[in-house]
Formats: sequence, structure tokens, C-alpha cells
Amino acid sequence: MPRFLLAFLAGGLFGTGLFLSGMTDAAKVQGWLDVFGAWDPTLAFVMGGAIIPMAIAWRIAEGRKPLVGGTFPKPPEPKLGRNLVVGSVLFGVGWGLAGLCPGPAVASLSYGGWPHWVFFAAMLAGMILTPFARAQLDRAVPAE
Amino acid sequence: MLNAIPADWLWGLAGGLLIGTGGAVFLLGNGRIMGASGILGGLVDGSGRSNWAERAIFLLGVFALPLLLLPVAGPVDTHVTQNLLVLVAAGLCVGIGTRMANGCTSGHGVCGISRLSLRGIVATVFYILAGGLTVALFRHLLGVI
Repeated sequence: MPRFLLAFLAGGLFGTGLFLSGMTDAAKVQGWLDVFGAWDPTLAFVMGGAIIPMAIAWRIAEGRKPLVGGTFPKPPEPKLGRNLVVGSVLFGVGWGLAGLCPGPAVASLSYGGWPHWVFFAAMLAGMILTPFARAQLDRAVPAE
Repeated sequence: MLNAIPADWLWGLAGGLLIGTGGAVFLLGNGRIMGASGILGGLVDGSGRSNWAERAIFLLGVFALPLLLLPVAGPVDTHVTQNLLVLVAAGLCVGIGTRMANGCTSGHGVCGISRLSLRGIVATVFYILAGGLTVALFRHLLGVI
């Protein structure tokens, strides 16, 4: 039960932060990416603000265990593969096109109107299709 | 005081601190990384079946809190395009891209950079560059968005 309460608390803080920071407003996100237009620095403050408590949390986690038990996730192998680069570029293209990424896409579903549901449905379809997309990529560019 | 409307960057910073606090709660409490694409993706592709309830409850929190805040905040214009083709293409790119890269703005960006993960930093550089080029191309050259 504490696991579920903490999950709701974490999600609630995440959603509240996304809402208040303006990160569900595509104009702000695209404005930050728009270095050739009316550049909007808000996103940098959001990122910076979010990294501070998170960096402290990683410090606290050292040598401890999570409250509800288990272990902390190990750092990933510092391997920079094809999937990381191709995936991130693809993500960036979609992010620029719509001004939404997965967190804000969920946070804005209740008030964004039908375009948000279309984006959300397409995003879920993309997530389901990823193994097939990866297989296509494997055929074109063999993984290292 | 009443007419002192705080600047956007102040809301950004305050919201950012809340986002990071959410990530800290999920890490220190549950031992989980707060990555939206991983949490959501694991639910829809079946890879997160073993802890689906924790994922679903987290996402419920993300969805529900803005809904509860709406009556206080008033109507919000999200300025998202109504171009169906752009919406579908963008959603597919975000869905496939984040799952292929194993992370998005929250997982690679917030959680990765804060632990100085090389993968997180590299991913963030690439999605920001790609996003910037996309806006330059589709807004300023093609005029689509």
C-alpha cells in the first residue's frame, strides 16, 4: 500500500509541476526550441529546477535502500548505441512538431481537447510498434 | 501584491522543483526512475506487467492533479496544432523514439542528467538538436507549425 500511495504522490507532484510550469503549453516548448524565432527560456528553468531535487535524491540514495524495500536502479552501462541516438533524434522531431512529450501528454489529457487525445493515441501506437521499427532498423543498419 | 503577476520563468522554476521532487519521491520511496515514456511504454507493450499497478497509479496522479487544479487556474490554452497529420506523425515519432532511446525528457533529461549519466546527457543533446531543427524547418521554412 505505501508503494501505491508514494506512486500517486510522485505522479501528482510530477503532474502539478508540469501544469504550473507551462510545459503542457506547446507554445512554450516550441518557443524554447525556436532559436530562430521568439525564443522562450522557460523550459531551461523547468529543467534546472527539476534537476536540483533529483540530484540531491541520487546523493541520498547512495548506500541506502528505497523506503518500501528492494534496491535502487543500477546506473546503465555507459554505452552510446545506435538505438539511443536514432531514438532520441526521432523523439526530438516529434517533440518539435507537436510541442508535447510523454509526461505533458498525460498531464494535459483532461483539458487539452481532442488534439491531445490524437497525439496520445498515436504515441501509444508508436510505443507498441517500437519492436517492429527496431527490427526494420536492424535490417537497414546492423547494430554494433 | 495582487497585480504582481510572477514571470513565466518563476513558474517554470517552481514547477521544475515540483517535478524534481516527484522524481525524488519515486526514487527514494519506491526505488523507481521517474521516466514517463518508460512507465507508460511498459504498460502498453506488456514489458511492465509485473508492476503494472504502480505504473498505472503513478500515471493517474499525473493525469488527475492538473484536473483538480483547473478550477483554480482557469481555462488553459495549450496551443497544440489541430493539423491531424502533424499530430499523428508527431505522436508516432515520440512513441517510437522514446522507447527506442529508452527514455524521454523526464527519464534521460531530469533523472539521467541529475546523476551525470552519459546516456542521459547524449540523448538530451540529440533530442534538443533534433527538436530545434524540426521547428526551424517546419515553422520557418515550410510554415506548417
